[in-house]
Amino acid sequence: MITIEEWKTKLESEKCYDLVSELLERIEKSKLNAYITVCKDALKKAEEFDRGNLRGKLAGIPVAVKDCISTKGVRTTCGSKMLENYVPPFDAHVVEKLKREGAIIIGKTNMDEFAMGTTTETSYFGVVKNPYDLSRVAGGSSGGSGACLAGNEAVLALGSDTGGSIRCPASFCGVVGLKPTYGLVSRYGLIPYANSLEQIGPMACCVEDVITLLEVIAGKDRRDSTNAGVEFKFKKTDKKFRVGIIKEMGGNDEVMVRFNEVVELVERDFEVGEVNMPSFKYALPAYYIIATGEASSNLARYDGVRYGFALDELDNWAKYFSKVRAAGFGEEVKRRIMLGTYALSAGYYGKYYLKALKVRTLVKRDFERAFSKYDLLIAPTMPTLPFKIGELADPLTMYKMDVNTVPINLAGIPALSLPAGFVKSLPVGIQIMGNYFEESKILSFAMEIESVFKEVF
Amino acid sequence: MLSIEDVYKVAELAKIEISEEEAKKFRKEFESIIEYFNQLDEVEEDVEPTFQVLPLKNVFREDLPEKGLSREEALANAKHVEDGYFKGPKIVE
Repeated sequence: MITIEEWKTKLESEKCYDLVSELLERIEKSKLNAYITVCKDALKKAEEFDRGNLRGKLAGIPVAVKDCISTKGVRTTCGSKMLENYVPPFDAHVVEKLKREGAIIIGKTNMDEFAMGTTTETSYFGVVKNPYDLSRVAGGSSGGSGACLAGNEAVLALGSDTGGSIRCPASFCGVVGLKPTYGLVSRYGLIPYANSLEQIGPMACCVEDVITLLEVIAGKDRRDSTNAGVEFKFKKTDKKFRVGIIKEMGGNDEVMVRFNEVVELVERDFEVGEVNMPSFKYALPAYYIIATGEASSNLARYDGVRYGFALDELDNWAKYFSKVRAAGFGEEVKRRIMLGTYALSAGYYGKYYLKALKVRTLVKRDFERAFSKYDLLIAPTMPTLPFKIGELADPLTMYKMDVNTVPINLAGIPALSLPAGFVKSLPVGIQIMGNYFEESKILSFAMEIESVFKEVF
Repeated sequence: MLSIEDVYKVAELAKIEISEEEAKKFRKEFESIIEYFNQLDEVEEDVEPTFQVLPLKNVFREDLPEKGLSREEALANAKHVEDGYFKGPKIVE
């Protein structure tokens, strides 16, 4: 894995053009399938850097961007046949910011179709393979962003997280990934799946690089009406944090053995206690009701008229619309749109959607209570190690893999997945949660234990 | 219980044409997923729903003219275009 510092050291003795060419060659030969589209422009940008014309905090650094984030003039597929040939006429806010800071956008990363999945197996462009075991998944939905970092195919990556889509691949690929507080990063230009839950966030090979990338992408943007309008500047906190272990977030034996070792290590330097979150029992069904409900409404825009997959013959509208969507969407997307449609249909609104929003209030309250006692909460990011490709065929079994990650999105708090070494040669991640806009606490703590983990695991 | 007709009805509402095979598969899957959703019936506590998590209210911006997409840019991703307009399917027979 390549950190910003390592890349900058290389830039002192080598041309950016040569380094980027090498990176592009590696991507070309790669078996990971981490990228859907590689940016032809990258070499031109590298030349610009070599001429001294590319400046900023990320000058000359190759960054991979998840393919649900709009890039002007570069096709943005969202992992779907529906958008296979879609070329956005504008940049997402985060992409504007990357460009302003001199980053080299190296390519668009593979993902579950419309970010609906936990393994990247629903991508129209094929599954992303885990760099540590090619027969296993890299996680999802930002699987390409996780795999490209672990596979030395980028230095930084952007992902998006609706119910764990940054933290899951970070855990499965042994990299660091942060889902920021809802509203910290503008969603302008993020192709929507479930607006009230999702955030764009940074992924990198170390905590320090996550901080650098978050400082670049966070901040005010009036084009996203849910943007909190605050900037992010990391403040190192040396405080002795009080750390809570969430009883309701667990994992299988392989994961729990490592997690218990983590707890022992944390206990050496921090005050540690346990906390109960009774509402979490209902968090997963509530999440899937809200997410599929929002998806059914959001994805109504794909009508085969203004953009996206279209048929040659324009029929009557109901037939045309239904045929375009039948051919353009994959199975999981159809499943979620239909589930959401069902949950929102007449007679069911109160039973499902409204009830789920009430559970959301209960989840929020549980977190509020926990944060009145603890600065940070920890748990395993994923309940299992990366599974075999094709292992989870049943949708509900797959949904249940998100059990530790979705409560965070329901509440809108920030959470980071940090690598905690390997079990059976596969990466394991722990999840560190903080209160609203307390990313600095999470990141300070993560930096401290990152170095401990590197020594011990 | 979810009938096969229910699945077709939802597909029609969602404007997704599905095959008989798909309908059968979805019926089976939806049944277990909806059963899972029904767990929420156990929640008795009545609280205010949370639609969004931040205490934001009525976010307005200045109503100022700005440059939008050009006609060319707006139409670039459409397959059916005529005289500078999107061409859509028939709405009235």
